[in-house]
Amino acid sequence: MSWLDEFPAMDKSALRALKKGIDNGFRAWTREHGDTIEAIFEPLKQMLIWSERLLLNTPWPIILGAIVAIAWFASRSWKITLLTFATLVLIGYFDMWEDTMRTVSMMFVCTFVSIVLGIPIGIAMAKSNFLQRVITPILDIMQTMPGFVYLIPVVMLLGIGKVPGLLAVVIYAIPPIIRLTNLGIRLVDKEVLEAADAFGSSGWQRLKNVQIPLAMPTIMAGINQTIMMALALVVIASMIGVQGLGQPVLQAINNQYFTLGAFNGLAIVGIAIIFDRVSQAYGKRLQAHSEVVHGN
Amino acid sequence: MATEDGGSSVGIDVRGLYKIFGPKGASHVDAVKAGMTKAELQEKHGHVLGLKDINLSMPAGSIQVVMGLSGSGKSTLIRHVNRLIDPTVGEVLVGGEDVCGMGTRALRDFRRHKTAMVFQKFALLPHRTVIQNVVYGLELQGVDEKRQQEDARRWIDRVGLSGFEDNYPNQLSGGMQQRVGLARALTNDAPLLLMDEAFSALDPLIRMDMQSVLLDLQQELHKTIVFITHDLDEALRLGDRIAILRDGEVIQEGTGQEIVLDPADEYIQNFVKEVNRGRVILVESVMQPGASEAANIEIGQGLALESAARAMSGAGERVANVTDENGDCIGHVEMDATVAAMVAEDHRHTPTA
Repeated sequence: MSWLDEFPAMDKSALRALKKGIDNGFRAWTREHGDTIEAIFEPLKQMLIWSERLLLNTPWPIILGAIVAIAWFASRSWKITLLTFATLVLIGYFDMWEDTMRTVSMMFVCTFVSIVLGIPIGIAMAKSNFLQRVITPILDIMQTMPGFVYLIPVVMLLGIGKVPGLLAVVIYAIPPIIRLTNLGIRLVDKEVLEAADAFGSSGWQRLKNVQIPLAMPTIMAGINQTIMMALALVVIASMIGVQGLGQPVLQAINNQYFTLGAFNGLAIVGIAIIFDRVSQAYGKRLQAHSEVVHGN
Repeated sequence: MATEDGGSSVGIDVRGLYKIFGPKGASHVDAVKAGMTKAELQEKHGHVLGLKDINLSMPAGSIQVVMGLSGSGKSTLIRHVNRLIDPTVGEVLVGGEDVCGMGTRALRDFRRHKTAMVFQKFALLPHRTVIQNVVYGLELQGVDEKRQQEDARRWIDRVGLSGFEDNYPNQLSGGMQQRVGLARALTNDAPLLLMDEAFSALDPLIRMDMQSVLLDLQQELHKTIVFITHDLDEALRLGDRIAILRDGEVIQEGTGQEIVLDPADEYIQNFVKEVNRGRVILVESVMQPGASEAANIEIGQGLALESAARAMSGAGERVANVTDENGDCIGHVEMDATVAAMVAEDHRHTPTA
């Protein structure tokens, strides 16, 4: 009655052969196409390097001033601007400025790539029920698969470094923006769309004048989520050589340096709060028209 | 594309229009033509009969009201005029051109230049200010910005919203929002104005007010207006002609007076019961031929009974002569007959078919 005690699993050697076969197949494929794939990602690599150099080579007071200025113009709130300034000063004072800049650069590029890819995919998904049915399960997998698992093929394909890190972060961070763009566009008031049609809008005019502006609050929520998830994956991405605040955290885990881990962890929390508050305040300001309501 | 100045010369002809909602609407047309009812179609095939054999001729430059309760197909019908809904079979001729046969481009041009629409729930763009909403049609037409602004300001002024140009829609009351909707449609400078329950969401007083605004504008614009409503009083006040819809079929079509005096069936009779007859029925319907010797006052042709009675009672007369627009006498009316017609019970409808 051994099949009752233990699940009748596949034969051990067959299973090993299966895993080996897939691994070898994939490895052979990556060897064959590795160069092509690296060439495809070359522009992204350049972009990553450029943005990191920009943040690291510019004198810190200019960067600090620029980030504080962006916070002010996006949020128009003294509180948020002050919070941004204080957080950055603390980070710098505890000697985490460079790592923070690396993380911000990585996050900036990842968010940019996620938006550039995610919004069009979300729009396409909103237009076609078929695409929605196909893409939704893929997004579910992307979000629930443990981050470590898709680091493996990415590393096999591209080695360790910035680009595989970017790929891993984007895979993890892109689902919210796709989902929320899709949702936002699907929720646009049917009557307003009908009005746009009745006045003779083309498909593009409908999208540009009605669907995207009306879906904007939802899309902004998606961007915000994407930023947060990108930051969350920075620590994991440090395992495949992404520099920044994640690496000291990894080092701290390996050596049980509690304070080092806590400082860098808090720095990540700090910039997460900055980006969250600023992007939310900006999103709200975009929706100024929905704040003022007729008195009756 | 040239737009007509002054009166509209674009009439609408709806011919043999059927609309069956559902995945295989077209395959059930023959069954419906053979007499299948809405309920049967729903039960047996899961398709909804939207419109059934609509034949309507809406003359250019007048207000055609389409009246019916919810589910009667009136909103479906108006959406066929600018093809927001595609018909299952049938033709919709606007100014002689079949809207149903237009390609994407032609249809877009047609919508941009020939039609404008006002919606029940206003359907303004919430992220645009009043003036940005009003220029929307012109923007799509590709009119230059200076003219957009001029035209928009003129119409905003005409509907009484000067000073609110830079407000957002949700800063305005419902009545004001619908004025924006009306200004947006009028700025389009289209010969055809489609109004889908445009005033139904408004308070009664504001609704009356908007009706007056529309009638005043129509006095000088003479557009072809299709006006959808569920309110018979509104239909009678606005409509040059009224078509009454039930279950997707036109059950009566005519002037307001024709409908009030001679309702086609019990269904319409029930509506008509509540109507203020004195405001709808005209003196001609109780007029006797020839001038009356006893008459000391004259009233104009086309006057409603209520106004005629008021004129007679104000002058202390029992009889008045009726004159046409040239001042020639075409008959006379008596006070008793006028009052009797105003308070008359509906003559019981006897089914004819």
